[in-house]
Amino acid sequence: MTIQFNDETFRDDYTFRNSAEAIRRFPFPFDRDSYMYSVNMEPHKGGREGSPFEKRFDVDEHYVAEMRDRAITLTEDPLRCQSLPHMELAGWDLLDLIMQSKAEDYPDLFSLQRDGNQWHWINRPLGIDQRFTFLDATTLPCGPMEYITRQAQGDFAVLDQREGNLWMDAGMVTSQADWSLDFDIGMNFFEWHAPVPRAAEMGVFQRALKFLLNVQQGSPARRLNWTMTVNPRLDTSPENYHKWGPEKRTITPENVGKKQFLRVELQTFWRLPRSNALAFPIRCYLISLEDLVTVPKWGRRLHRVLRDLPEDLAAYKGFAVNRPMIVDYLARFDDGAETSPGIFAD
Amino acid sequence: MTARQLRVAAVEPLTPLVTRFRFECPEGGSLPLFSGGAHVVVEMPDDGVLRRNAYSLISDPMDGSGYDIAVRREDAGRGGSRFMHTRVAVGDLLRIGAPVNLFALDLTARKHVLIAGGIGITPFVSQLKQLQRLQLPFELHYAARSRAEAAGLRLLPDLPQVHLHLSGEGKRIDPAVILQGQPLGTHVYTCGPQALIDRVAEVAAQKGWPRAALHAEAFLAPPTGAPFTVTLARSGLKIEVSPHQSLLEAIEAAGVDAPWLCRGGACGQCETEVIACHGRIDHHDHWLSDSDHAANTKIMPCVSRFQGAELILDR
Repeated sequence: MTIQFNDETFRDDYTFRNSAEAIRRFPFPFDRDSYMYSVNMEPHKGGREGSPFEKRFDVDEHYVAEMRDRAITLTEDPLRCQSLPHMELAGWDLLDLIMQSKAEDYPDLFSLQRDGNQWHWINRPLGIDQRFTFLDATTLPCGPMEYITRQAQGDFAVLDQREGNLWMDAGMVTSQADWSLDFDIGMNFFEWHAPVPRAAEMGVFQRALKFLLNVQQGSPARRLNWTMTVNPRLDTSPENYHKWGPEKRTITPENVGKKQFLRVELQTFWRLPRSNALAFPIRCYLISLEDLVTVPKWGRRLHRVLRDLPEDLAAYKGFAVNRPMIVDYLARFDDGAETSPGIFAD
Repeated sequence: MTARQLRVAAVEPLTPLVTRFRFECPEGGSLPLFSGGAHVVVEMPDDGVLRRNAYSLISDPMDGSGYDIAVRREDAGRGGSRFMHTRVAVGDLLRIGAPVNLFALDLTARKHVLIAGGIGITPFVSQLKQLQRLQLPFELHYAARSRAEAAGLRLLPDLPQVHLHLSGEGKRIDPAVILQGQPLGTHVYTCGPQALIDRVAEVAAQKGWPRAALHAEAFLAPPTGAPFTVTLARSGLKIEVSPHQSLLEAIEAAGVDAPWLCRGGACGQCETEVIACHGRIDHHDHWLSDSDHAANTKIMPCVSRFQGAELILDR
């Protein structure tokens, strides 16, 4: 399998696009015609062939462009990548996990040779050929977590586990749905989730934390989360709200299909061996409404979900202002027919 | 649970009561690495009874060539350690779970003080290797009755930070002396008899140590006891728990799937709702709160038992 990498942007002229193949494999997050919070975890042990669930760390046509976008964001704001001093071992664990997974899952794109602690890593799409000493950060151009997450799509939170809680003590966060690593760094699981409406009262966080504390080595888990974003922008951060917030007001009935995107996060959870930390990759997928409705089941279902969503959830997810226009647009693709169970296209 | 079949590569008595076992991949190759303080669960097919006991890993966390554990023979126990000592030989195949760590080092600590009593030395053997590799400040205090019984002597490095307290030679361990004068930001880890853990907690509280700086692992084996009957409401089964079986083992033997992780009353994974309790639950866990224990609405089947007329569980 050879991937044709797109030459595209996630800012300014927004040339991002999904190929027909990318639309077909999009991780549509709704398995029924309504939505409410749940701890919708399942084992991350492969999935349907060609789907984003198949490999441990999905690499798709947006890889090279996403890494370019990350580099721009980091140049403008280096605090998007932080690692507290006790987290370096977890950074090496993460580097090991990603390098081994990618080299095994995509041997035509990545290769890893290990001779004791002397490692040789080749990343063909990004043109990287690096020899280094594992566990010796002076042999890499930057810290191990930053090094590997500049070469892996999606955001990464690396959580320390202690006191029966998880702590946001390291991360690489440049494609986030309006949260800030610089604000959350050092917080525990309940602190960084404090802004989420309803879920705490529902006991969702207690149950989710209990599950996550017990995630075991070799048994990663995953879930999908979602929101709505205007324009295909990865960096929807609080730090840059002044850049993307006003774009929400550019939606019209004429352009909503092109400019309004469903934003889906494939979240995975991995116990790291040497540090006992928990890696939490948050991979972002974007699809415009006009591309999404080319799958009839998804058009019908997204219409029903967004139409019936409680107002506070629409506000938290940041699209309450555009909801009427979005629902009107999607209504044109909902003939009232029944939808099949599950997330995949018919 | 992800368990894999491993080959017994070495069996070596460390003391008359403690034996080291080494497990390796039968086909060669490397095992998942782990962090200091991690344990594995060993499955023992003991004459039709499947026992699962948790043992701390005592090998180097960075060495995937094999897993080492040290097992103390407990003749009054349910039979797991006796099985290991009398039935397991080099070349045998046993199923071993993936490493789990419920007694990890807190890497935010400025200094690590490790206090072991008896066979409680085992989780510290791998922690020491991690601390040395990370070049973190530490001291270890190891209490045992006599040199002959101190299995840890064969497992510990010869370092000035390692202190031996042999009660038989008149050097009883004194947590008050150990905690005296430790720098701010020190964390203390205790593993051993409950009395030692309680004493360290008491001294630390007197000295005003923050609770988060205290870590303890009681090596809690499921206690034996009188047989009892339990009704599993969801499965529609009535099961007998024999004297040398834990409730969790009896549930598993009945073919009912129940979650678990530590099998020692610490992790909370097997917590089960009690629908009806006419009698007394003997709570032995460290997971439920005192009020939960008093209310008898939850039970940890890995370690707790029951006496009385009827116990109905939501399982």
